[in-house]
Amino acid sequence: MSASTPDPTFLRGMTQRRLGRRDALRISGLSALGAALAACGVQGKAKAPGAGASAAPDAVAKYWTGKAKTGHVDFANWPLYMDPKHPELKQFTKETGITVNYQEVIQEMGPWFAKVQPQLSAGQSIGFDLMVITNSVQFAQFRDSGFLAPLDHSKLPNFAKNAAASYSKEAFDPGNVYSVPWASGMTGIAYDENKTKRPITKLADLWDPQFKGKVGMFSDTQELANFGLLKAGLNPDKSTSADWDKAADELKKQKDLGIVRNYYDQSYVDALGKGEVWITQAWSGDIFQKNLSDGTNFKFVIPEEGGTIWTDNMTIPITAKAPVDAITLIDFFYGVDIAASLANYINYVCPVPAAQQQMRTSAAKLSGEDKTAALQVANSPLVFPGQDIYSKLHYYVSFDSVADQQTFQKTFEPIVLS
Amino acid sequence: MNRVKRQLAPYFLVLPGGLWLLLFFAIPMIAMLSLSLQQGDVVYGYRFTFHWQNYTDAIDGYHTQLIRSLIYAAVGTILLIALAFPVAYWIAFYGGRRKPTYLFLLLLPFFVSFVLRTISWRQILTDEGPVLHPLKQLGLVPDSYHLLGTPEAVIGGLVYNFLPFMVLPIYVALERIDPRVVEAARDLYANPALAFRKVILPLALPGVFAGVLMSFVPMASDYVNSEVLGSSSTTMIGQVIQSKYLVTSDYPTAAALSFILMAVLLIGIFAYARALGTEDVMKVAAR
Amino acid sequence: MSVSTLQRPPVEQPVRTGRRRRFTGQSMLFLYTWLVIIWLVIPIFVMIAFAFNDTHGRYNQSWEGFTFKWWGKVFEIEDLTKALWTSLIIAVISSLVSAAMGTGIGYALGRYRFRGSGTLNVVMFSTISSPELIMGASLLSLFVSANLGLGAVTITIAHIMFSISFVAAIVRARVVTLDRSIEEAAADLGATPWTTFWKVTFPLILPAVFSGILLAFALSIDDFVVTNFTAGSVTTFPLWIWGSTRVGLPPQVNVMGTMIFAAGVLIAVVTNIRSRQGKRDR
Repeated sequence: MSASTPDPTFLRGMTQRRLGRRDALRISGLSALGAALAACGVQGKAKAPGAGASAAPDAVAKYWTGKAKTGHVDFANWPLYMDPKHPELKQFTKETGITVNYQEVIQEMGPWFAKVQPQLSAGQSIGFDLMVITNSVQFAQFRDSGFLAPLDHSKLPNFAKNAAASYSKEAFDPGNVYSVPWASGMTGIAYDENKTKRPITKLADLWDPQFKGKVGMFSDTQELANFGLLKAGLNPDKSTSADWDKAADELKKQKDLGIVRNYYDQSYVDALGKGEVWITQAWSGDIFQKNLSDGTNFKFVIPEEGGTIWTDNMTIPITAKAPVDAITLIDFFYGVDIAASLANYINYVCPVPAAQQQMRTSAAKLSGEDKTAALQVANSPLVFPGQDIYSKLHYYVSFDSVADQQTFQKTFEPIVLS
Repeated sequence: MNRVKRQLAPYFLVLPGGLWLLLFFAIPMIAMLSLSLQQGDVVYGYRFTFHWQNYTDAIDGYHTQLIRSLIYAAVGTILLIALAFPVAYWIAFYGGRRKPTYLFLLLLPFFVSFVLRTISWRQILTDEGPVLHPLKQLGLVPDSYHLLGTPEAVIGGLVYNFLPFMVLPIYVALERIDPRVVEAARDLYANPALAFRKVILPLALPGVFAGVLMSFVPMASDYVNSEVLGSSSTTMIGQVIQSKYLVTSDYPTAAALSFILMAVLLIGIFAYARALGTEDVMKVAAR
Repeated sequence: MSVSTLQRPPVEQPVRTGRRRRFTGQSMLFLYTWLVIIWLVIPIFVMIAFAFNDTHGRYNQSWEGFTFKWWGKVFEIEDLTKALWTSLIIAVISSLVSAAMGTGIGYALGRYRFRGSGTLNVVMFSTISSPELIMGASLLSLFVSANLGLGAVTITIAHIMFSISFVAAIVRARVVTLDRSIEEAAADLGATPWTTFWKVTFPLILPAVFSGILLAFALSIDDFVVTNFTAGSVTTFPLWIWGSTRVGLPPQVNVMGTMIFAAGVLIAVVTNIRSRQGKRDR
């Protein structure tokens, strides 16, 4: 098959993706949007990421005109992000009559983008009307490809009233044009004190030869790089490609010494539970939930050298079949009592500050152990971080260009895939 | 008229299936070839530019994983022969009326999903699982010892999953041997070892060769076993291809790597066929 | 190719002489064979056992007592059940379509000499022996290049593609052994080729077609690699398992795995007994 090289013009005709996407959108009767998207794509190329916001008002009207309630919404989220009994969703169905199909199908950003990218670029529904995605490289890819529906803020009264003001200024989506936060979280270290035999406090513990073969790191290159940078004493957010090399050296050293058992995605929780790793990079709320559901006693710390903060965001894919129902659900999560109920279970940073008071009030009504547990969450710095925690947290590495991002990928990918 | 119809009959019969294979087996290869020569990024699109550098980059970046995969597959194949030959031999010559039952038992794992049975091994071999926990309790292995994440676990998984591909061809070859030939050798005062070496082995070899062909190729390109049972130091080329396609959406590199893997395997098959004489391999192919 | 060879009727071996002398060697081989068989079935036992594990948390990894409760709750995980249904529907459609197309090819190859049959043989051999990874990767390349999107349709397309050749190989093996004189007799008695095919030939090759359908079904329902490349956001049973290992497999997966295993074994045993009876009757 490789013997006869086919005619290049034929190949070119077959494989010009961008043109194809525009065609598909035209055919599906969304020609205006298609043109807007195409314009957006070209713009994104020229301007800095995030500049697509200026075209928003027009795009919002165009997208939302003629969209109606369907009575059902398909929701794609990460595991360990809601009480398995879904009490909040049940209440939503009771109040609005909209049924929700909730699926924990997202485990890592890369695979998720790769899975739905072909569908979205062909203008097909991905089977979900609402998805929760992290402020990672892939967020920019979703946004710059025009895969995210611009949000109609007139449909988000609770968000306007209750969301913490800081969220509208986040660099990946200023003004919340395409996304509003589901929860924020921190990347730190989780460990099993029965095995480590000592409290873990710093990043250097992840490099401690004493834990040879028992250390877990993330396979997501951004998460991995962040810790390498912090270990090297560098700030991820402001890092340059020279810094990346230093961080990669640290991480290679850690790997070559046999300290790292493996690089994990969401499966690190399982590995920690099975005793495969004793100390691992971890996301703040997961460990709390694991302890809750399995009666384990794992610890989570933000290392002295610092951790990172990220935000998982609710977004509506551009091909959603029920965007109105989806945005209704998004706003529902910004009710103070709902936000409190969610935070109480998932233990991630709650985007609704007023939820803390709500949680304290409802905790006061409980007694005994339940009360202590509830108060613990309400006062937890992991759910409502104070200035002292925030000062230790860093933002992700940001990229000025696609080439920049490819260099980053080339620097860190060989560590995970070798 | 009737004759024309008869002449056309096979083409009509072949047409739907043949077209399907053309559309979804042959043309995808061309699409992949084109993709492997493109340049760009998933957001702004990839464009065809005869970018041969994808190939050199892929080899530069991932020859370790490619060579590792070939080594794992080679070790796995040798282990498979060692495991499968005696079993096939015993069933073929001493299985008696229970032969189908034994073959059926060997095929039992195929009734469980590939992914599920590999995960099952993960559960068995886990650090504090039913195999390692007792050994650690008895102090036979150090506390930090682990099987998961090692090359041994990955090769073990490969051998487990592809054993039937080796047993069946060897069995078929052995089963065809006319026992009178062996008896004739014995009558001519060949001792059992000599009879085995001079009679049975040469007759069984085509089966072994077929088995090697049928197990080496899928083992070298597997990514499930190393993903489930391995770690980042056992990464196989299949995992890299998978990750380039399904994690980073770096299609051109992924396509180039796929072609490199395919080329290596094809060259291997042809060299192998040459060494054995093409006729044998064609016989195998025809079967 | 292994499938067609397997179906050859077993040749009875005459009782051999010199058995006693080789007794030790033979019993060691016997032991060896059984050890291999035990090694092969260990993971199956583990899978079945954990379908009865009285686990409490989200994770089903250590033995906590015997229970039947998961069998009652087997369809309680909505998306898992949906994934199983998706798998079943795709398997039914792809096995039937590939059986129809594969029978055409198999019959033509077994019955006629025609130009292009050599190429077709090579293509069939390639599809059977080429690595799943390459097939999946190339299909994904096609679908993204043609901007077709992914989903249940592309999975089905892919499954039909890799099943056709297996069915064709099985049917061809049967057609080659057919006695042509029966068909000629029918033609002599004035039957049109069409009638001859449906009344005479088809019933004769039906068992092979049926085995082809079963094999295609099995290949489809178990397929992970090609499916993973062509699925997009659609989830089949193996894909669901793959995804949920990261957070712990629920016991329901073991229950479903056990049910599929039992059904497969049952079908295999029944068809085997029936085909043996069929042979005896003839």
